[in-house]
Amino acid sequence: MGVGIEVTNLNAWYGANHTLQDINLPIPANHATALIGPSGCGKSTFVRCLNRMHETNPIARVTGSVRVGDMDIYADASPVEIRRRIGMVFQRPNPFPTMSIYDNVCSGLKLNGFTNRKVLDEVVESSLRKSALWDEVKDDLKKKSGASLSGGQQQRMCIARALAVDPEVLLMDEPASALDPVSTSKIEDLIFELKTQYTIVIVTHNMQQAARVAEKTGFFLNGRMVEFDSTHKIFTNPSDKRTEDYITGRFG
Amino acid sequence: MKASLRQSKTRSAMRAATDHVATGLAILATILVIAPLFAIFGYLVFKGASSLNLDFFLKIPKPVGEEGGGMANAIVGSAVLLGVASLLGIPVGIGGGIYLAEFGRGTRFANAIRFTADVLNGVPSIVMGIAIYSLIVVPQHHFSAFSGGVALGIMMIPTVTRTTEEMLLMVPNSVREAALGLGVPNWRSVLSITLKTASPGVITGCMLAFARVAGETAPLIFTALGNQFWSTSLREPIAALPLQIYVYAISPYEDQHRLAWAGALVLIALIVIAVSLVRYVASRGILKGAS
Repeated sequence: MGVGIEVTNLNAWYGANHTLQDINLPIPANHATALIGPSGCGKSTFVRCLNRMHETNPIARVTGSVRVGDMDIYADASPVEIRRRIGMVFQRPNPFPTMSIYDNVCSGLKLNGFTNRKVLDEVVESSLRKSALWDEVKDDLKKKSGASLSGGQQQRMCIARALAVDPEVLLMDEPASALDPVSTSKIEDLIFELKTQYTIVIVTHNMQQAARVAEKTGFFLNGRMVEFDSTHKIFTNPSDKRTEDYITGRFG
Repeated sequence: MKASLRQSKTRSAMRAATDHVATGLAILATILVIAPLFAIFGYLVFKGASSLNLDFFLKIPKPVGEEGGGMANAIVGSAVLLGVASLLGIPVGIGGGIYLAEFGRGTRFANAIRFTADVLNGVPSIVMGIAIYSLIVVPQHHFSAFSGGVALGIMMIPTVTRTTEEMLLMVPNSVREAALGLGVPNWRSVLSITLKTASPGVITGCMLAFARVAGETAPLIFTALGNQFWSTSLREPIAALPLQIYVYAISPYEDQHRLAWAGALVLIALIVIAVSLVRYVASRGILKGAS
């Protein structure tokens, strides 16, 4: 089951660049939360702060607190543990090029020393079923390289790979922006399915997509969160003038 | 209308001509690159193949003045020396490359190591031989296979380090992030994901270094010394193909000249076989469609 996330006074920097300023945000468990905003507004940085990927960049810095369930991820645990509980799907599909589909999906378990083949088989099948890819690849699991799949299939494989380590939260950084419309709609259907079991945070440039998949939406602008409310409210009756300008296409 | 059509026709004819010229130049360049290799190999076969027989691979050199004999001890000796060199040069070289590309990126220490590796690559091989002579041979009071292997191994390090670094830097960052995002510790991600993704290039680098030192003579003169008899001990002087070729080539005897040609042919053939074998084994695990 997913857990809620409570972000308090989060600030982030890249070098001298203050990319996130005083973000406060409650992300509900087992729902999809969309983050929208123009390019460079800090929404990608924000999701990268939620699983401590932000700090893999040596010039990056963070202050504030992020509570996932009952754990403060910056105080109570190592980044490695955090990332096992909080999975991530990136903007471009990033399969491990030397691995088969099977190995790609169970790589998270294998690289953490898990070797029981029967369990791995089960996890690979259930993860690929969850990401709606099983029927397309079940015959060449070990024969084909993950990199040989189409872009949309690769992205669903990456989602399966993230699900295989059994996270509670799934962060998706523009997961469909590099894909064609058919693959995009598959990914959206998938998010719809997955949010019953996981807490999902999705960054998107596509406002229709946010409206379709998310219950809650946050609008980011210039490193600040301008407005956070139910998706319906954001898209029909936003409280802030800037949100209204953005969703009606007046800027950004 | 007509004028512009005609003009575009001449223009496309020009373009086609340029295309042919460029393709022709590329083919010519390729031939120039390959020609010396074939010329050398052909000449070696012409000069050396006739002296090749079973004895060459099974017997040790005959005393001066006697006909016949072989280079069995030199073939085995080269294998021993290259084994020691690879055990030293490949792990240290790959380790250094990993440090430069993954952990020390942008640090002063890494820049210093990179510079040192490039200088080491330019050190003449005879100087390497003298250095190892004074560092290992003199304190131990005897020439040895071990010291020869160390000299060759150190010569392998810079090539392996720099190619490993270059190949690791070519692995896209998204692949590293994918691994880290799954909760894989950084060291594990480096070894199992990044290095594995770069492995075809890294193996090529190791093979380049291997092939280069396999033919080295100068660093062995003060270290392995050479040996006319059977020895596989690391503590004793040992024979090596390049050394044996050198000794025979400058000898006054016609029979030994022929053996030197045969030795050179065998040396090149063995390098080609060793490199192809490693490439074949390394490529077997690669899946369909992998990039």
